[in-house]
Amino acid sequence: MFKYFEPNKIFSITSKAPKYVLFLFIVILSIGLTEALILSPEDYKQSHSVRIMYVHVPAAWISLGIFSAITFLSIVGYIFKIRNFFLIAKSLAPSGLVFNIIALVTGSIWGKPTWGTWWAWDARITSMLILALFYIMYLIAWRIFEDNDKVFKVTSIITILGIINVPIIKYSVDWWNTLHQPASINILSKSSIHISMLFPLLTMTAAFALFSLLIFLMKYNTELIKIKNKGLDRL
Amino acid sequence: MIENLFFMNGFGLYVWSAFAFTLVSFLTLFLVIKIQYNKEKNKFIAKFGSLNSERAAFAKSQSINKEILSNTSNI
Repeated sequence: MFKYFEPNKIFSITSKAPKYVLFLFIVILSIGLTEALILSPEDYKQSHSVRIMYVHVPAAWISLGIFSAITFLSIVGYIFKIRNFFLIAKSLAPSGLVFNIIALVTGSIWGKPTWGTWWAWDARITSMLILALFYIMYLIAWRIFEDNDKVFKVTSIITILGIINVPIIKYSVDWWNTLHQPASINILSKSSIHISMLFPLLTMTAAFALFSLLIFLMKYNTELIKIKNKGLDRL
Repeated sequence: MIENLFFMNGFGLYVWSAFAFTLVSFLTLFLVIKIQYNKEKNKFIAKFGSLNSERAAFAKSQSINKEILSNTSNI
């Protein structure tokens, strides 16, 4: 099964896909922005500041999802010695970090009118900051270590340590008293968010997911060409 | 209508700055990755051009190299 993940086989797809993904991203983002900024209603308590949710929440979700994917790919890649899984994980990391930073900054901007402060060292915000540090450590490890075996080992350890933080982020609002509100959307039970706010939220999430796919494809192609450049040096 | 869209009952500055930060971050990341991609691709093309005919023929026999050389205009 893993032979289908060989770079030679997937480059023909990944090299053509970005332009279509970019087009789709622009279309979905336009719909999402119209919904989020114009059509969706204001909140009875938070008024228009609730609109920040449409960038803050999808960014947080995707940064958590990407880190989980990176961890899965690193562990499976390390166990089964699949070098390409590490390449995919490395290509996912930049968009994961940017989404993490977006979640922190937009959360801070949302905090000012809602809580009266830009920053609070509460469990959810602090654990998201720790996740950003793990992303940074992961990306720095790829720059520091040149030996493949070493970098695969170090990045796998970083992701395994970092993944412990992911359930802490998710359940921090339930485990501790925090300024952060509890989750409004539950997959297994009824969500407390109205459909008029859920639709723009899901549309923006789809747009953000497409953007991370676009960045992943471009970064993955760059990494493959980098490897081929080294191959030409050896000819 | 337009005034309400900009000022949002006094929350406009917060809402617009959050959205602007997001979009600027997207654009910056896209450009950084695009520059890296173009740099590696140009390096590849230059290296390919400097190969002698025998080595170039060997390198061209690999399908991925042909793909890189043929996809010079994507995004």
